[in-house]
Amino acid sequence: MKVELENLTKRWGNVVGADSMNLDIKDAEFVAFLGPSGCGKTTTLLMVAGIYKPTAGFILFDGQVVNHMAPKDRNIGMVFQSYALYPHMTVFQNISYPLKLKKVPKEKMQEQTQRVADMMGIGHLMDRKPAQLSGGQQQRVALGRALVKEPDLLLFDEPLSNLDARLRLTMRAEIKRLQMDMGITSIYVTHDQVEAMTMADRIAIMKDGQLQAYGLPEELYDQPRTLFVAGFVGSPPMNLVNVEVARENGEYHARREGFDVVVPAERGEKAASKGNVTLGIRPEDVTVADGGISGEIYVVEPLGRDDLITVHVGDASVHVLADPTLGLRMGQAVTLGFNTHKVQFFDPQTEKSLLWTD
Amino acid sequence: MATITFETESRYGARRFLGRALPYVLLIISISPIVLGYAWLIIATFSYRTEGLFPIDAEGNVGGWTLRNWEFLSDPAIWRVTLTSFILAVGMVVGVGFVSSMAAYALSRMNFAGRKSFLSLTLILHAFPSVTLLIAIFFVLNFLSKIPAIGQWFGYNTVGGVALVMISLDLPLGIWLMKGFFDNLSWDMERAALIDGASRFRVWWEIIIPLIKPGLAALAIFNFLSGWSAFLIPFTFTVGTKVANMPVYMRQLISDTAPTNWNMIAAVGMFQLIPVLIFFIFTQEMLLSVYAGGSKGGT
Repeated sequence: MKVELENLTKRWGNVVGADSMNLDIKDAEFVAFLGPSGCGKTTTLLMVAGIYKPTAGFILFDGQVVNHMAPKDRNIGMVFQSYALYPHMTVFQNISYPLKLKKVPKEKMQEQTQRVADMMGIGHLMDRKPAQLSGGQQQRVALGRALVKEPDLLLFDEPLSNLDARLRLTMRAEIKRLQMDMGITSIYVTHDQVEAMTMADRIAIMKDGQLQAYGLPEELYDQPRTLFVAGFVGSPPMNLVNVEVARENGEYHARREGFDVVVPAERGEKAASKGNVTLGIRPEDVTVADGGISGEIYVVEPLGRDDLITVHVGDASVHVLADPTLGLRMGQAVTLGFNTHKVQFFDPQTEKSLLWTD
Repeated sequence: MATITFETESRYGARRFLGRALPYVLLIISISPIVLGYAWLIIATFSYRTEGLFPIDAEGNVGGWTLRNWEFLSDPAIWRVTLTSFILAVGMVVGVGFVSSMAAYALSRMNFAGRKSFLSLTLILHAFPSVTLLIAIFFVLNFLSKIPAIGQWFGYNTVGGVALVMISLDLPLGIWLMKGFFDNLSWDMERAALIDGASRFRVWWEIIIPLIKPGLAALAIFNFLSGWSAFLIPFTFTVGTKVANMPVYMRQLISDTAPTNWNMIAAVGMFQLIPVLIFFIFTQEMLLSVYAGGSKGGT
């Protein structure tokens, strides 16, 4: 099912939950709503579900406005962060509840419930109550309940944030696989950018109720349109330093105190003679190299595959993903090389990218 | 050296024993009047007279047990009175339970004009001493009596009328109590049920009510007890023995002119106490959850 949001707005008095959201989701697409807590992603999701009534704007399912359609008529499945299982019902009753409400004949209900439960790997737990299940099992029941009525649209509200890290990884892969196999249009709300990057076909980044960016994960990663997107997507986050870009002898120099980088012309010319601009570079695009910008290592954080080191360059600090075999230590003087083909430039006033415009 | 250590240790131990015993001593002293009162009640119901805690027989000697005080059980009046008390108590359970669970759900979950002021008004009403309303309620009941059909069941000097007054006076507390229980339930569960395809009413009936069963049960017990032992309102709005409940009946046994048989009154009191005791034994835990669950209720 195709979903479109047109100028979708939700306000409670002066409090803005979502501010004129415009978004389209293709059939069978997996879209993630990504943003910090309180950015309006759950509000938007609940409007799509029909729990909240929009203050303004429209929600369209396959071109039909559904603003006033009751949640039960929308044929959607939803998975909640708290799982929201019915504690007084068994696993079987929980999963079959949507079918019971649809008045599906008993035999068909039994068969369908069993099939979904087996698919989720909880077929042997049918007589248990939710309180007797582990977190991961509860999550599967919640997922099964959302899937059993074969919805046209699946909504996920931070479904993995109550699970431990290992289980989260497993469930992440399972949900992604399930969504692809079943081809159900899905909206996935999360504040975890790794989840959004790994699972979604497209990511909608929200902040303060507004849609900041909407696009493919790699596009958001490589061509961030705003400072917020640049800082929010990617882990560890992008380094941001204020520089001035000037052209000298046909080369573009990005400079600040103790810092001078030559940047490629096609990127540098867009930032030149603009006064103060913000330079962005991801930690993996900075290397500890011979010659370059000199600084001092402030702290070394081993991440296993890499060491995350913080280097003080003048009065700025730069995060670098470095090879652990280099054996870097705190307080050591190092020189840094930049992969200048990956630098970003932003206008610090408007917070918009100087390189990528819509 | 060794003896000194021993002495300090023993003194220390004695003090510790005293420290542990003291709270118990204080508790025993403070509850003994109540325990003694109940002891007297039980002894009195089986004796002609009592002197202190000792039963006294007709000649004034200590001793002599009798079942004479329990003869009232053969009087049909007591059974009519018991039935009235029972109807009143059950009426309270059903009336307050039904209205407050619906009202509290709306107040907890829905947003409508006047919700806040309704809530604070209910709280004020609860704090309002009901005695001050007695005369006004008398006029209301009198007015109801004049309405055909309704007046016959819910007017002045009817069980229905008394039940109606008691229910309405108990509703503020019931609503606040139930609201506390509803407030503690996560919204997600209701949202999930709505999305699963349930109507609002079905969500209330199939998801919410089963989850607040302990609260509902506690409220029911509470109301049963207060209906069972109600005195002031039945006493004010009924005349004669026809619609008297147990406490009112007991009051009628106390005569202003003839000498009163206090031992019989004790027996009636004992009789009234029995269902309450049985009730209490089985429902203690639920009653506790009223305070545990209800006190959490915020705005």
